[in-house]
Parts: sequence; structure tokens; C-alpha cells
Amino acid sequence: MRVVDPTCEMISASLLIIGAGPAGLAAALAASGSTKNIVLLDENSEAGGQIWRRNVEQINPKAWQIVSQLVAQSSVQLLFGARVVAVINKKCLLIETPDGTQQLHWEKLILCNGARELLLPFPGWTLPGVTGAGGLQALIKSGANLQGMRVVIAGSGPLLLAVAASVIKAHGKLLMIAEQRSAIDLLRFSIKIFFAHRQKFWQALFLLWAIKPWRYRHSTTISAAHGDQQLKSVTITQAGKNEQIACDLLACGFGLRANLELAELLQCQIKSGVVVVDENQRTSREDVWAAGEVTSIGGVEKALLEGRIAGHSAVSKKFGKNDIVEQRHASLFSALLQTTFLPDPVLRKLCKPDTLVCRCEDVTAQELEKFSDWRTAKLMTRVGMGACQGKLCGGACEFLYGWDIPAARQPVFPAKAASLALLADIQCEPLDDRKNN
Amino acid sequence: MSSKKFLSLQKIQICLNGKWLPADENMNVAAWLLSQETLQTRLSVTGMPRFAVCGMGVCQECRISINGQAHQLACQTKCQPGMVIETGEIR
Repeated sequence: MRVVDPTCEMISASLLIIGAGPAGLAAALAASGSTKNIVLLDENSEAGGQIWRRNVEQINPKAWQIVSQLVAQSSVQLLFGARVVAVINKKCLLIETPDGTQQLHWEKLILCNGARELLLPFPGWTLPGVTGAGGLQALIKSGANLQGMRVVIAGSGPLLLAVAASVIKAHGKLLMIAEQRSAIDLLRFSIKIFFAHRQKFWQALFLLWAIKPWRYRHSTTISAAHGDQQLKSVTITQAGKNEQIACDLLACGFGLRANLELAELLQCQIKSGVVVVDENQRTSREDVWAAGEVTSIGGVEKALLEGRIAGHSAVSKKFGKNDIVEQRHASLFSALLQTTFLPDPVLRKLCKPDTLVCRCEDVTAQELEKFSDWRTAKLMTRVGMGACQGKLCGGACEFLYGWDIPAARQPVFPAKAASLALLADIQCEPLDDRKNN
Repeated sequence: MSSKKFLSLQKIQICLNGKWLPADENMNVAAWLLSQETLQTRLSVTGMPRFAVCGMGVCQECRISINGQAHQLACQTKCQPGMVIETGEIR
């Protein structure tokens, strides 16, 4: 039924953990010692995920603590610089590493894929110099020096504060943070976290103080970016008044979206944009767990906790009652974030008829507006058919037009010809049992 | 996370569009381009200049040619001695 390429080395794991961010690291540490042959896979060349990036020992003591404990564990193998491109069958994935294409067999799997940013189109958002808020933070954490660069941060949510602090650390000149939410919304949010999540409250206050509070503006929306070959200035709108600000970089963030491609391919149940899990972090599939941002956007503490629970549960180790209490607390914070910083429908108006929605294929809003669904639009305009495979414009179209964006097809990332050849040779088994009944 | 720690990397030379420039070994290529204030990676299908957006290998906007190999993601690549980078042609 399947032809296995003899040149393709096969890897097997009794427990495979995908994503070496806080959730994945915590899961690996929790499971280590109880099972042999744990494989921790990440597409980056080092551990830490998006939040801890680069040399973790320099960035975060908590991260370093976990990593140094993991290094001592002989049961954990690291597989970095590896990307999952396809699901071959129920227990096997096709991965791409710098050395080539390989098959990876697993017994149990913990998904810690994390999240990516929701990027919303507005005039000029394709200009070089306009990045995602998390995107700019990622570049800074990767060592970018912003000496002499003027930076505006716009969008919504607490991530903006963290990005602002990073910009200052990287010697950038922070001009303004434009938060789209109103003062009342922000005050309500602050009161709620003051009473229920005190630690987060102090964190936010500390960040706000560090970036100087007067740079933080509420009820302020980015309405356009200007420039010819690259960003020169931005227009922001507050209470109907426009203001043009000259700047070199604009970092925009309208919230995070869970990376669901793999969970979808593995047929795990997904609801409201996140992977559904039980109190053990187990998904609808018995052999698959999920932890971190894929189960709901909630930050690093939630990811560490969920990773620990998933790791324990996957090797049938008991976890403390305290973990369950904390888990509930973390999900409450996550829900609060969700309700406060849900992208405002008003932001749809930022996208003008001639604004590009699909950056890969350069498709404008007026070309897309004619269609009533993603599939037709795709066939007629090539939206979502470029290199990002709809990972950016899919989210934008969902928000702008309310279209249902179907699950990604394999390969989920642009793959090497060798991977495609191998994928064609192996007859992928249908995962959906219903088809067989 | 002091700036001193950031700069403690080995200095190397990288060729960017025909010009040799200093870089830190193992620094992320997209981050290096940003530090150089070279905010251009690929040209879009209609010829517009683009630069890294997501910084994490999703948006595919930071595609450049590295050592003659097209479609390499700058944000997922590290600076190596003698690396030859060309921007602005991949569509």
C-alpha cells in the first residue's frame, strides 16, 4: 500500500512533542523520566518558541531553568530546524529537516504549535517597515538593533505593551502606542485583572511605566501607512481626528490566532478557533494532547502550566490538585483577554477597495468583495494560493467577509520537491474513520 | 538582556547585493537586514517591494536569495561567513 523510500530515514518516538516553546518544554520536562524516547521537535534552531527566542539563558531565567534540566535528561531527543509538512497516516508525519525529508512515527503526541498574529489590511500595510507587532518583537529578540529608528505601535491588546518595551530595549525611538480599545474598556479590563489576576496587573503597570504612560493612547486606530519604496509616515485616527506621524517602523497587532493546521490534519476537534481539550489537556483524539496558545490565547504562564499537565497526563503521571486550580484560573484570564480584545468589527472599515488583502498574490479588496465564499474567491482571484497558503489572508478574509476558511491542505508549508515526491509515493491513509464505516 | 550581550557575537562579512558588510555570526538574517536599515527582501507579483512581517516563518514576505538559492526565508536563516544575499528579485 505504501512505498517507503529506502533513503528516507525513519524516526520513531514514544512521545512526540511539537513545538519547543514554554508549553513544549514544560511538557517534555514533565514527561521525562517516565518514558523513554521523547522527541521534542521545533522548526526553529533553538528552544524557546516565539516568546523566549534566541539564547534562552540570556532572555529568561525561567526558560533557562527548564532547558538546563532537560539537557540532563537522556530520554529527551531534540529535533530542531524541523518542520512538519504533512500527515502520512494516523501515527506518522512527514517532516523536513536541513538534512532532507523524513518520516516520523509516534505513539503519543502533544501539540504545542503556538499562535500567530492576526494581521488586518489597511492602506499601505504592505510597505516595507510595516510589520506585525509580534513580528517586530521576534526580529528584536533575534538580535535586531533599532538604533535611530522611529517606531509606532498600533492595534489592540496587552502584547502591544510588551512589544513597546522590546523596542526601547533595542534602542528604538518609541513614538506612540495606538490602542484601538476605548478608555472605558481598558479601565474595565484593568479592574478585572486587578482583582482576579493581580500578578498580570502589576506586570502591565510595570510595562506601562517603563514605556512612559503618555506614549500610550486609547481609542486610537491606525488608518493608513504612507511611503513609496518603504514606510515614511502613518496616519492615526483618534475621535475622528487624523494625525500624521513620520516614522520608520510600524508594528501592528490585532490579536493572536492559534496555529491549527496540524490539529486539523490530525482530526482533533476544533471549536471557536482553538483546539478543544479536557482537564488533562487531551484532545478529542485519545493519543493527542494540546497545550499552550493552541488551546486558547493566554500567555506564557498558562502555556507552562498546560504543558506540565499534558506531559504528566501523556505518561499517565498524576499531577497536583494545585495544577487544576491554576489551570482554571489561567483559562479565566484567557477568556477575559478574548472578550476584551476581540477584533472590533469597526476595523473592517480600515480596508479600502484598493487595499491589498492577499499579499502573496496581490489581490485587492474590491476584487474579493464580489464573491460570497473563500473557495470561489480563491479560484477566481488566486487569493490564498500564494506562498503563505492563506495563513495571512485567510484570517483577514474571515474577519472582513465572514467567510469560512477550510482546513489547510497538505503540504501545510511550502515544501521541497523531495518531500512532494515522497508524499506522492506514500499513499496517505484517510484519518477520518467515518469514511470507512 | 543588555545590548552588550547582543553584540558579543563573532564578526563576519556578508555580501548583500554585491556589497560586503559586517554582520554578527548566527544573527538572524531578517534581524540583520533590519539593523542595516535595508528594509527590502522580495518584490511582490506586481513589483512592489516587501519586507519581513511576521518574523516567524509564516508570512513568506522575507524571501530572499541566499548563496544562489531562491525562496529562502530571511527570518529563519542565520548569518554565516561568506554568505551571499540578494534581495528584490523573487516574485
